[in-house]
Amino acid sequence: MTRVAVLRMEGTNNEQDMHRAFAEAGGDPAYVHIKQLTDRVPETQQVDLLDYDVLALPGGFSAGDYVRAGAIFAARLEAQAGEALQAFHEDERPIVGVCNGFQVLVELGLLPGDDGDEAAEPEAALTMNASDHYECRPSLLEASETNCPFLEPYEGEDAVVFPSAHAEGRLELPRVEDLDELADRGQVAFRYTGPEGSSEYPWNPNGSPGDVAALTDPTGTVLGIMPHPDRAVHAWQHPDWTRGRDPEARGDGLALFEAIVDHAGGA
Amino acid sequence: MFLAEVQVGFKEGVADPEGANTQKALHLLGFDEVEAVRSAKTFQLEVDADDADGARQRVEEMCTQLLANPVVNTYDIEVTER
Repeated sequence: MTRVAVLRMEGTNNEQDMHRAFAEAGGDPAYVHIKQLTDRVPETQQVDLLDYDVLALPGGFSAGDYVRAGAIFAARLEAQAGEALQAFHEDERPIVGVCNGFQVLVELGLLPGDDGDEAAEPEAALTMNASDHYECRPSLLEASETNCPFLEPYEGEDAVVFPSAHAEGRLELPRVEDLDELADRGQVAFRYTGPEGSSEYPWNPNGSPGDVAALTDPTGTVLGIMPHPDRAVHAWQHPDWTRGRDPEARGDGLALFEAIVDHAGGA
Repeated sequence: MFLAEVQVGFKEGVADPEGANTQKALHLLGFDEVEAVRSAKTFQLEVDADDADGARQRVEEMCTQLLANPVVNTYDIEVTER
């Protein structure tokens, strides 16, 4: 069974959504506190990250979003579990970050992860929404042509609905042309779209250039996504569940977690 | 002991919605003379170091590793002896 470490620390608040999503997808999730990756807890509580097949970084406000969203979580991971994380990544085991988890992956330099330099400086930023406030609304997402194997169920399919709930989701890259290069390499995973195909605000909730909602790394095994597939696992989590959806049916996000579990299980 | 005051702002060309929104609010209050607002964050660090240059060098490293994201941020460091 695919073992999933749902990593938490002070201020994460979506670990239960993430845990349930992986459980519904047939995985074997476990909560792991970041301190359990260190020797600062009793030996019986220590955890080896490499005992897991998938690392999941949930949403929330880790460390109160102090300094920048995700920066302190990233710094602690780097300082206290950097080697294990690097080995996990080099082994191409799936690493998925949702919302604040995506911000952590960007701060870690794992996304977009182009320069081959694992740990050093971030190569992008997820910064304040263009609206200058927290955006909480359903987002319509279209899968891009991507190298990320977890998106296979979505490729060529209709747009899906995942809820957005973030204040810092606007992607900034060092150069304007970097976005096209990322897309050419298949590193743009999902883009915001709208019901008529127009992604104007509020359909693109944060003003990200190219309507980028999710990125993957060059290997396709690291995925960061701003909206929450973990909050769209059941049809009853969708805003239109009383209007035509069978509430007991699958939500749009479940296939993503199934694909991650399958990929890790088969790896 | 040294006091390092680090001001982290946004690079030229990077959108600063907080600054833009603040400018708009100031205009609404009648402060029409405000031509631009840039937001920034300040950290005050008490640093144990042998000299000011040593303190500054360490604080630079802190900026690149945590306090600033080089993709979007600039930073200024002022070091004074206490």
